[in-house]
Amino acid sequence: MKINLKVWRQKNSNTPGKLVEYQLDNVSEDMSFLEMFDVLNDSLTRKGEEPVAFDHDCREGICGTCSMYINGRPHGPQTGATTCQLHMRSFNDGDTIVVEPWRARSFPVIKDLMVDRLAFDRIIQAGGYVSVNTGSAPDANEILIPRSIADEAMDAAACIGCGACVAACKNASAMLFVSAKVSQLAILPQGKAEHKERAERMVAQMDAEGFGACSFTGACSVECPKSISLDHIARLNREYLGAKLTSDNIQG
Amino acid sequence: MAWVTQTLSSSLGRKVIMSLTGLFLSSFLIVHMAGNLQLFKGDGGRAFNEYTYFMTHNPLIITISYLLYTSILVHALMAFVLTRHNQASRPIKYAYSKPEANSAWASRNMGILGTILLLFIVIHMRTFWYEMHFGSVPMAEYDGKEYKDLYAVVQVAFGELWYVVLYVICMVAIGYHLWHGFQSGFQTLGIRHKKYTPVIEFLGKYFFAIIIPAAFAAMPIYVYLQVHNII
Repeated sequence: MKINLKVWRQKNSNTPGKLVEYQLDNVSEDMSFLEMFDVLNDSLTRKGEEPVAFDHDCREGICGTCSMYINGRPHGPQTGATTCQLHMRSFNDGDTIVVEPWRARSFPVIKDLMVDRLAFDRIIQAGGYVSVNTGSAPDANEILIPRSIADEAMDAAACIGCGACVAACKNASAMLFVSAKVSQLAILPQGKAEHKERAERMVAQMDAEGFGACSFTGACSVECPKSISLDHIARLNREYLGAKLTSDNIQG
Repeated sequence: MAWVTQTLSSSLGRKVIMSLTGLFLSSFLIVHMAGNLQLFKGDGGRAFNEYTYFMTHNPLIITISYLLYTSILVHALMAFVLTRHNQASRPIKYAYSKPEANSAWASRNMGILGTILLLFIVIHMRTFWYEMHFGSVPMAEYDGKEYKDLYAVVQVAFGELWYVVLYVICMVAIGYHLWHGFQSGFQTLGIRHKKYTPVIEFLGKYFFAIIIPAAFAAMPIYVYLQVHNII
């Protein structure tokens, strides 16, 4: 396959970037999108040019490291898949593919296609945990959790924190991410103890990071590689409002 | 009270304000549409004028009307604040974006639709509300009692073709606005349930986004056709 690439090149967060065109002549349709980038970087290195910096790690769709806004969509044209799970057979010979980094004030570009997603880590640090001493493993049936609840919590926990929700959202809102991280704990007995405090603190941190508000366009859920449901956003709203109305925290 | 201001100035709190004012304005549309159906009565405007007298003299309605004006202003101002904030959240736009692949047009353009509606409300209130309260409206007499003849004002306004067209376009805008807004408002309040969300979506899309705007759009068209003796 012949592929024309328009790739965002940016030296660092302080320098403005631009789209640069590259042409690849021998792309196999069985290559993953990242492997195609490896080929591009190999040829750039051989020519003595700076390779394109991009995030990647597990390359099997479970770590949430790869990003890339491909032809106008996060993680490319597929749904329910990460960029590393995207293969060149999803494109046609001679296609022009535009590749940009996630765009959000809270995700500053580090270099080329790499963005700083520490804002997500700080949101987790604000309350996305259960602070109890877990001790040794309890008996299997000591805490009874209905199967449907366990499944729902697992669906939320499937979030790999890649940031596609923010990238897809017209407001660069992190609501899908935060709602998944609140839901996975709030609906399980172990997480219920701190659910009010958690919702308050994680939303406060989300706002402090400068993410936008939720317009319920649903773009996040469609583009999410783990297809996290909008149910969780409604639950986060419920959790947050309930917490604000009933928690003992009067300082705000 | 720090928690109150903090809650209402959070991104979620601001959306709750949008939701509550928006849903209140939606409920007002039902009353407004139902009342104005008197225009179709074909009695020379008597039922309509008696209805407008009631709406401008009943103390409960007057109280609610102030809540309504406040809601319009708060909804618009909060939308402005949120839009500015949301735009600032993505200072550098994508060179190539395909939002139609993942979301509905109406959901992405609530601000533009809302701006059209705000302009419409200004024009609409200038034509009818201002005339009724501060203008010189001719009087009509039914059973020895004097009424302001707002129906005459309606006939003059809707006798103009451009005004009718403007109304119909704005009703399309309100349809799109509510197509997304009504059900979205419930989600913001955390109301999402397998049993009730489909009902809310059905109501929002078919009743609020289609039937109500269609009924409103029919009014200027009907009056225009009547004034010009076409029907």
